Amino acid sequence: MSSSERRIETRRGLKSRVLEAGQGAPVVFFHGAGGLLKEEPLLERLGAKYHVFAPEWPGYGADGGEEKLEDMLDFALHGWDVVESLGIEKPSLIGHSMGGMIAAEMACIANKSLAKLTLIAPAGLWLDAHPIPDLFSMLPFELVGALFTDPRNGEKFLTGGIDFTNADALTQFMVGNARRLGTAGKILFPIPNRRLSKRLYRLTAPTLLVWGRNDKLIPPPYAERWAQLVPHARLAWIENGSHMAPHEQPELVASEVERFLGAP
Amino acid sequence: MPWPHLPDDFRQTHRSVWVDIDSDLYDPAEGNRVYHEYMDQLEYADSLGFDGIGVNEHHQNAYGLMPSPNIIAAGLARRTSRAAIAVIGNSIALYNPPIRVAEEFAMLDVISGGRLVAGFPVGTPMDTNFCYGQIPALTRDKYYEAHELIMRAWAEREPFAFDGKYNQLRYVNCWPRPIQKPHPPIYIPGGGSIETWDFCVEHDYNYSYLSYSGYKAGKALLDGYWERVAALGKDESPYRAAFAQVVCVADTDADAEKLYAEHILYFYNRCLHVYLGFADPPGYRTVKTIQAGKLNQFRMENQRLFTSLTWKDLVEGGYVIAGSPATVRERMEHMIKDLRLGSLFLLFQIGNMPDDKVRHSTKLFAEKVMPQLRDIWPEWKNDERFWIKPLESRVRPELPRNGR
Repeated sequence: MSSSERRIETRRGLKSRVLEAGQGAPVVFFHGAGGLLKEEPLLERLGAKYHVFAPEWPGYGADGGEEKLEDMLDFALHGWDVVESLGIEKPSLIGHSMGGMIAAEMACIANKSLAKLTLIAPAGLWLDAHPIPDLFSMLPFELVGALFTDPRNGEKFLTGGIDFTNADALTQFMVGNARRLGTAGKILFPIPNRRLSKRLYRLTAPTLLVWGRNDKLIPPPYAERWAQLVPHARLAWIENGSHMAPHEQPELVASEVERFLGAP
Repeated sequence: MPWPHLPDDFRQTHRSVWVDIDSDLYDPAEGNRVYHEYMDQLEYADSLGFDGIGVNEHHQNAYGLMPSPNIIAAGLARRTSRAAIAVIGNSIALYNPPIRVAEEFAMLDVISGGRLVAGFPVGTPMDTNFCYGQIPALTRDKYYEAHELIMRAWAEREPFAFDGKYNQLRYVNCWPRPIQKPHPPIYIPGGGSIETWDFCVEHDYNYSYLSYSGYKAGKALLDGYWERVAALGKDESPYRAAFAQVVCVADTDADAEKLYAEHILYFYNRCLHVYLGFADPPGYRTVKTIQAGKLNQFRMENQRLFTSLTWKDLVEGGYVIAGSPATVRERMEHMIKDLRLGSLFLLFQIGNMPDDKVRHSTKLFAEKVMPQLRDIWPEWKNDERFWIKPLESRVRPELPRNGR
């Protein structure tokens, strides 16, 4: 993203890095369990129309503090703490995967504090007939297969070209991975359901669901279930889209989001 | 306590011996025979003069058939009256609430007349996270809280309220209470997490390094442990450390290979065949442990290694101590001194080893090896902090009594 970076500190004292781009109506993007990747083409595109902020969850950056987040309420309140420390009012929220789960929880807790909500393949529900693959026991190549349509994209996005034959680089990667997914596990392990479905009746903000038709991690039946549970949701399919549609088909996803959010 | 009937092509046809293993491989009728055979062997070890007999906890696997070691220990407590009953242990973060462990261990200590060794493992990731659903990054925190609850339940004389993060109990009042005071000896089985060292040293608990990589690989780890003991200003009693070792004794070195090689290879090739995705979920090991380069024994490097090892590699690499009584004695003496060990968990039954061979090896060890290993640490022989203190006047249920 042709963006700047800023560092914030929340009321609770948690620090984090925030990518920032563009100007206009405020939009906060919450990343998924993989973190902010090296390239975030969706944010770049949205930055042309809106004032986009993309904070990093604790555990995903250099600042630490993830031990303070233990359960779903901690994550959701941290999300609002971040909004507060950015100094913005009534932003629209976008959340991808785990970030969508948290954004939906935030919108249920404080349903008058946001403008619109976009959920891109959010986690947070569980259907016995369609078990979500176990992210936490997957080997890297299996993970790439579940996330991306084109596995070559997966390698590029997820590893950032690390030389795994270098022992230090490998240790560093393992530490980062343990922190990121260790943090995500607090709300996703062993089943990514923290009973959000009970609270979705409170989600009164206009909501857009964006889902890849070929999402193999959180498959399409979840999109339909979300559409049933959220009172004001519209569902937009990304044809041939994977779970990582924001990275593999950023143009299509951005068009849907822009149509939903309207003029900046 | 492995399942002895995994097929020859198990590695090729099944992805894991643990967590999602095919339930068709288990036969309950054969299980009836197997449980009694293994329990008989432990009772046999008691009759041969071993100081203790040990059991441990694993779930959903063909590697160790004891989801509840306390059930096996209760059976042993009724059929023996001399050896320590070493339950190493109960994965205390998995009990809800963990006061259950305080109660069951107290029952075992009372039934056995004060012979319980109480083990508190964090548990393997396969057991703790994938079978029992604990969140990896919170497992240790929950473990420490469970430990605090159990130790307070044994120590405090009045009912108390426990306001924990994972357990809230208004009335904690452990009944029955253990015979051993202030509490049974505590053993902390570890697989290489360095946090565990300081925890053991600070509480004067025994650190038991349980691995199948043998004493040569264990040396580096135990050296790290002893460094922490010294750094924290504690004495160097060898009884602070225990170690698990596979041992096979025969009349000659050649006989050992002939008798035991196929069973050892069954164990290393099939019983340790864990799907890599189950071995190390992110968050289970701390950043500190990853940075210290202490790799989990079920990780890829070891998986590859274990399957390519031959009998010769296993013996020369110290994974297995095998041979004549003289050979085994010499190697064990070296190991005990080199790693500074006070207690040893010796594995005589391993893989699909049949009963007669297990007994042959166990008996040879008891008669021709064990006596020479008893007095290696004369200067520490009165250190009783890390061992059981049974009641002199305890009931001996295996002996005829009350007219029976």
